[in-house]
Amino acid sequence: MYRTGKRSQIMSEAGYTPPSATATASPIAELRGVTKRFGEVLAADDLNLSIRAGEFLSFLGPSGCGKTTALRMLAGFETPTSGEVRLDGAVVNTLEPYRRPVNMVFQHYALFPHLTVAQNIGYGLRQRRPKPPRAEIDRKVRSALEIVRLDGFEGRRIWEMSGGQQQRVALARAIVNEPKLLLLDEPMAALDRKLRKEMQIELQNIQRRLGITFILVTHDQEEALSMSDRICIMRDGRIVQTGAPRELYDQPRNRYVAGFVGTSNFFDGAVTGLDGGTARVAIRDGIVLAGRALAPVAAGQAVSVSIRPEQIRLVRAATGGETGWPVSILNRIFLGEHTEYLVKHESLGEFMVLTPRQAELSDGPFNAGEQLTAVWDAGSALVLDKD
Amino acid sequence: MTERGRNIFLLAPAGAWFLVMLVIPLAVVLIFSFGERGPAGGYVPAFTLEQYANLPARWAAFKNTLILAPAGTLASLLIAYPLAYYLAVRADARWKTVLLVLVIVPFWTSILIRSYAWIFLLGGRGIPALLAMIGIEDVRLINTPFAVLIGIVYGYLPLMVFPIFVNLDRLDKRLLEASSDLGASPWRTFLQVTLPMSLPGIATGCLLVFILLMGEFLIPAILGGGKVFFVGNALVDLFLQSRNWAFGSAVAATLVVLMLGSVTAYMRLIRRLGAQREDVALM
Repeated sequence: MYRTGKRSQIMSEAGYTPPSATATASPIAELRGVTKRFGEVLAADDLNLSIRAGEFLSFLGPSGCGKTTALRMLAGFETPTSGEVRLDGAVVNTLEPYRRPVNMVFQHYALFPHLTVAQNIGYGLRQRRPKPPRAEIDRKVRSALEIVRLDGFEGRRIWEMSGGQQQRVALARAIVNEPKLLLLDEPMAALDRKLRKEMQIELQNIQRRLGITFILVTHDQEEALSMSDRICIMRDGRIVQTGAPRELYDQPRNRYVAGFVGTSNFFDGAVTGLDGGTARVAIRDGIVLAGRALAPVAAGQAVSVSIRPEQIRLVRAATGGETGWPVSILNRIFLGEHTEYLVKHESLGEFMVLTPRQAELSDGPFNAGEQLTAVWDAGSALVLDKD
Repeated sequence: MTERGRNIFLLAPAGAWFLVMLVIPLAVVLIFSFGERGPAGGYVPAFTLEQYANLPARWAAFKNTLILAPAGTLASLLIAYPLAYYLAVRADARWKTVLLVLVIVPFWTSILIRSYAWIFLLGGRGIPALLAMIGIEDVRLINTPFAVLIGIVYGYLPLMVFPIFVNLDRLDKRLLEASSDLGASPWRTFLQVTLPMSLPGIATGCLLVFILLMGEFLIPAILGGGKVFFVGNALVDLFLQSRNWAFGSAVAATLVVLMLGSVTAYMRLIRRLGAQREDVALM
């Protein structure tokens, strides 16, 4: 066992190379048709994904969707039943975890209770052969501690640290090895809301500074949206859609994605007519909605029309030229920046409207029971695959 | 009732037991050890160090005990650890309970009977006869230190297996994944995580077995055949055969001192090994 020196002097984070201009077209990691079965259970079903060097990618989905299995196959804890896991172009399906240039931040941190903070962080460096000189290990450990803003905690014991601090130690223990991929398995699940927000920002900053490719597994859409360059939405062992947060929000592939990334109002119906990229959808009681179809749809197909709450406006008198529905206000929730209204349409039922403060000021807040018109731009309604 | 009163109430039964069953007998032994043997055996009050001066006469018993108790503890540890590791880490969950019960099963039979079984196994018509069949002649096992060692390991193995098993069973297996993730091979993970984390179990098991072995007399009596005897056997002999209570008390008192000394030294060592560890209570 080694001991760190006294109090650290301030060190720059030399030794960490940014993603650099060498970020070539070839992906740093790849899943090609990866399938994983646990007995009868199909945990991952034909996953295909290219991970770019230096990006922050999230696997997002409910528990049991296969996101952790995907992560564990990248780490080497699980071997795919079929398909290929590639790291830097090489197939690593059966390569042991300890031979992979990949490190993980575990959900419950899995810090070694019998070692100090510094010994925990230096653990990975000490496994290298040839073993780096102690001075170099000490220097890197101190530098990593500084990055996670825990300098001075070298000699502490794990149980002396708070949950948030333990999380930073777990992060430092991984980044100190300068891995090709840093895998984060629901790292923020055990933190309280405020701390989680702080860590999200910090994690993002650290990722930008170090240029290490981060792969995050989370079921928290807000977390994924705020931190990731790209999000990979998963469901029942499959990848539903991969894209930048804005892309997923604006152009969801189906109703599932639209509901998982942000919130939306959905109106189910059948396609009655097509006009270029616009589809007309009969909802109920003769009400027809027009919306943009992002993927080809056929007449008669059952679809969902999605309208985001913030894309609907409430007006006291419709000016014409806009699609409008008569609605009554059921409930009002003041959220500061926005006011959330729950409104009801005679035959379509209840849906949400999010009104910005700015609009409130000019048109005044609406009260429960008030009869209004809900309007939106035709382009903001999306016709989505119901699945 | 005051806090103090409650505490006294809680400690009274154990305290009374401790006083009557341990402190007073020990005091009696200590007093006897400075006395003399009566003409027809037993004890005559006196104050002499003669009995302690005679201790070298029983040197062989002390030597055997001081060699075979640690050796037996070590042998038990070396056999119990892999077994406990298998049970806790490797064994299929469905079989775990069955295998654990199999470890305890021998305890259901008296150690006397089990040790007698070994007389046959180690005796002339047992293992030596089998060895003779494959050409290894004249192997003597019974009444040797080796026979006693076998009996010790056989008799005390469960006591070593259980503390280690419990310790390893509770070990967070994610730590092993973390170690592997950080680049440590399975063997290095064992040395750097599993072994240090199971130190408390090892410490407990060794202490249990060692203390019992220091006072052992049955196994050497049966498998040592009077040739390999422990201090315990010497005591039986002195108190029941030669009825030299004074000398017997001196031997007993010396054994108690030796045990206190070695256990204290052992606990110091363990405490140093686990210095500053509060994740696990070592002692």
